[in-house]
Amino acid sequence: MAERQLMMGNEAVARGAWEAGVKVSTSYPGTPATEITEYMSAYPEVNVEWSVNEKVALEVAIGSAFAGARTIASMKQVGVNVAADPLFSLVYSGINAGLVIITADEPGLHSSQNEQDNRYYAKFAQVPMLEPSDAQEALDMVREAFEISEGYDTPVFVRMTTRVCHTACVVEVGERAETPRRPYRKNSDKYTMVPSHAYTRHFEVEKRQTRLEALSNTSELNRIEMRSLEYGVITSGLSYQNVREALPEFSVLKIGLTYPVPRQIIRNFASQVRYLYVVEENRPFLEDEILALGIPVECKELLLRFGELPAEALRRRILHVKSPQKGPADDVPKRPPQFCPGCGHRGIFHLLAKHKLIVNGDIGCYGLAALPPYNAMDTLICMGASIGMDHGFRKVIQPPEKSVAVIGDSTFFHSGMTNLANLVCNGGNSTVIILDNRITAMTGHQPSPATGKDAGGTNAPRLDIAQVARALGVSRVFEIDGYDLDALEKCLREEVDRPEPSVLVVKERCVMVDKTRRGVPLAVGKKCKSCRACLKLGCPALTVEGDRIMILEYLCDGCGICAKVCPIGAIRPGGAEND
Amino acid sequence: MTDGKTVNVLVVGIGGQGIILLSDILAEAAFESGHDVKKSEIHGLSQRGGSVISHVRWGTKVHSPVIMDGQADFILALEEIEALRNAHVAKPGGMILVNDFRSLPASVVSGAAKCPENIESRLAEYASVEKVPATSIARELGNIRTSNIVLLGALSRHLEIADAFWQAAVKKHVPKKYADLNLKAFARGRAAEQHPSCTVMI
Repeated sequence: MAERQLMMGNEAVARGAWEAGVKVSTSYPGTPATEITEYMSAYPEVNVEWSVNEKVALEVAIGSAFAGARTIASMKQVGVNVAADPLFSLVYSGINAGLVIITADEPGLHSSQNEQDNRYYAKFAQVPMLEPSDAQEALDMVREAFEISEGYDTPVFVRMTTRVCHTACVVEVGERAETPRRPYRKNSDKYTMVPSHAYTRHFEVEKRQTRLEALSNTSELNRIEMRSLEYGVITSGLSYQNVREALPEFSVLKIGLTYPVPRQIIRNFASQVRYLYVVEENRPFLEDEILALGIPVECKELLLRFGELPAEALRRRILHVKSPQKGPADDVPKRPPQFCPGCGHRGIFHLLAKHKLIVNGDIGCYGLAALPPYNAMDTLICMGASIGMDHGFRKVIQPPEKSVAVIGDSTFFHSGMTNLANLVCNGGNSTVIILDNRITAMTGHQPSPATGKDAGGTNAPRLDIAQVARALGVSRVFEIDGYDLDALEKCLREEVDRPEPSVLVVKERCVMVDKTRRGVPLAVGKKCKSCRACLKLGCPALTVEGDRIMILEYLCDGCGICAKVCPIGAIRPGGAEND
Repeated sequence: MTDGKTVNVLVVGIGGQGIILLSDILAEAAFESGHDVKKSEIHGLSQRGGSVISHVRWGTKVHSPVIMDGQADFILALEEIEALRNAHVAKPGGMILVNDFRSLPASVVSGAAKCPENIESRLAEYASVEKVPATSIARELGNIRTSNIVLLGALSRHLEIADAFWQAAVKKHVPKKYADLNLKAFARGRAAEQHPSCTVMI
């Protein structure tokens, strides 16, 4: 009997790629895709790298696939936006050895800035797309994707969604099939997309498209499960599992090869049921394709276009069956995540709020600064945007308005560096604060170029942000300890008014990685007047009991920021007996 | 449970309390005892002190990774306010095992919101409630971080999963040097005084 394991979807993707003989794996960390590459790095046969961003990850992947090695590039949904430039031309070139791109979409945006539906990238770029509904299918479909990639000379998307990525289920695993390197032969008509070559290649793309449509209409990945002759559902990805849960009597057309859409199978299925539903998360991708075939569907606007679409919602909206339980309590205050006790970000955001600066923010743990009680971030759009946005703000704002850009180390290397070059060369005068905790913290501590480690944990060159800033033409560069509030405040005051760009590198540690600096837990003494100044720091170790403010010793990191903020010195080390 | 019915356990609490570890062990024990299993949670920012929810389901064949409202046989709550937030997922006649631990959300600490009152009696409007002194026991054991495993031990009394599978699952998922401590925590939870009126048969 084949070996069965309990395996998370992302682990199954990695396993499937390994079994398919993948030799190169690239990615930039991003929830919910991150663990794929972490699991890949455990396979000694695979060269794994955390690239500086998704565009670079795909470009490295293109190179290794052209050179003849099966390659996988993994990214979260918005990462595909970053990688879109090489993607659209890659479609014209095609591949040499198989190249599979994982897009991990996020209905419900648990850890993202939008809910974009990357099935539209498949259609937009004319890239075939597979959609697994659980971890077993993720493993099987990644293997299949490599076969399609090489069989049709095309990159292939596998679209995961958060609940497929982060759900563990029982998976039957296989063995690795070593695939010999496909020899690289110079072929500039195929691999150099100058206009004359690209024009010719476009014909190949359309020929391939016709072949892929035929594949979709015959593939076992698209399968009809007949039950009721009255009610049928067309669905794909995770939604298949939710349909089976909530609507077990319904017939189902389960689409696994989502693009190109299997038009003949859809027609065939639609003709066999009386009422046809389409169940999909995010945008009405399948529904629009089906309507375009002239096939009517039930309750077109029945399903919401935002958030997840769990079995619960299908039961309620399609069967009109309510939960047997009473509704949720409506007076429970939300509990958003907070900066960890001891987090190096806390001090600088306290100062930014105190000085009422306009803060152009970026993507990372520090995005939490936009939420109460910090309220210290004004803008956050995408990776690397803070510096450009601040440059734009400063073209417009007038005193007393003042602004800064705030960006983390990994995000700076992702796409902040080009912004900094742009700022310098275009007469900008922004104050750029780079929070350097030397790790990609939010996604679970993958190395950044500031870490000095590669994906496998071996030592690698460590890029020095201050040196990079100087090399990009910034002459006012400062490095200050993130816990030194006085020095940070002094520097901030001076630099924010200067008519030239400056970079303030805030040297921090991530408390989840570096516990060596952990101090003695603090306590609130009797002279505390409950002014609540410390509570604005949003530290999980600070709490209240009635009016009394106290520090939870088991959570306190001893970083001392609250003691520095207390106006009367009531917070001190030494446990409860500090008076 | 023996007739192929799916068992649904919702695990709730706060980032940092070890909810994912607890769920991993629970899912592993259910898998090793011969069931189809799904376990679903949200990663990413979840470590940073926010609400965390994990769904663990097992049976002959499990489809959806997420438990429907009113369908959880058990809610394992490592924190009281999180228990109330999710109580509607319990099935009528199900059980909420709630740790003796409360942590105020930042909005309550800052005075912007109020903490709900009478949590225990309100939980009882949804399902039977078993209070488990998991954090107190963990503190006695010298490591508050084992609260999750104590609570899992308390749940294990209500499930038909053999002790050997629990032991093996705990050992597989905790670092070796903490194995004995966690096995002790599990045993304490499993032995914790039972409220006879609250036993649920599934």
